Amino acid sequence: MQYLPILIFLGLAIALGLILILAAIIVAVSNPDSEKTSAYECGFNAFDDARMKFDVRFYLVAILFIIFDLEVAFLFPWAVSFKDIGMVGFWSMMVFLGVLTIGFAYEWKKGALEWD
Amino acid sequence: MEIAALAFYFFAVIAIISAVFVTLSRHPVHSVLWLILAFISSAGLFVLLGAEFLAMLLIIIYVGAVAVLFLFVVMMLNVDFAALKADMAKFLPIGLLMGIIILIELGLVFGDWNFASNSLELRAAITPPIEDIHNTQALGLLIYDDFIYLFQAAGLILLVAMIGAIVLTMRHRTNIKRQNVMEQMSRDPSSALELKEVESGKGI
Repeated sequence: MQYLPILIFLGLAIALGLILILAAIIVAVSNPDSEKTSAYECGFNAFDDARMKFDVRFYLVAILFIIFDLEVAFLFPWAVSFKDIGMVGFWSMMVFLGVLTIGFAYEWKKGALEWD
Repeated sequence: MEIAALAFYFFAVIAIISAVFVTLSRHPVHSVLWLILAFISSAGLFVLLGAEFLAMLLIIIYVGAVAVLFLFVVMMLNVDFAALKADMAKFLPIGLLMGIIILIELGLVFGDWNFASNSLELRAAITPPIEDIHNTQALGLLIYDDFIYLFQAAGLILLVAMIGAIVLTMRHRTNIKRQNVMEQMSRDPSSALELKEVESGKGI
């Protein structure tokens, strides 16, 4: 069980988190009233809902991040078994990387990595 | 072995509880947070199975990237949740139908797993035993060599996803000045500067 230290670490982390949250609930002074807990924006009443629409470009950044995240995830087993998979494994990864590099060149050329 | 069993029950109970709260919590953002907890405890279960690589993938890809996308989708939907709850009765039959279909499919999977006549040879792992080769290397030996076509197909799917996301969501504004680094660096004084003799008392 070589993961025992990680398990102990996980237990300590959970315990510490719970202690901090519970201490805030138990120890801290709390006497709310309706004015204290109501929403405000810099002293004004709230203008509108906090759940407003935001730019779809954030979504584009996130999805490009996922794609390259997956690409890197494929690199790990390849690197670990690099000595045993021979030329076929090497070139299959090179073709894979080449295909994704085409996509990368496309998005660079289209300016998808720029904000405006 | 005792500790492993304890850890299994710990992760399994947390996974099930958080999965229940994904469906029960009123706020969809809270649902996504519960979903992240479910992913993390499933990663713990994978580690207990000896599949460390899958556990790390679950953390890196699902928690790190897919959960962020879920949050985006939840925030972008802009749904009126009070109205949605009022229509609960309308959605209930469809939800029940989907649940029953999923239950039947799971039953079929387990049935095949146990009762199919050639289930034993299907279950025999094509990877070498875990004592000889650790799981990341075993995956690497299979993916890039035996399953090369599927691997290349995965690359093409990622390319299509990339191009599709760009085509669908990218809208460039046209009336702004952009920085062109090559243009900036290839400027030289002869094109950038102009010296003019100005006579005194006169402008240009």
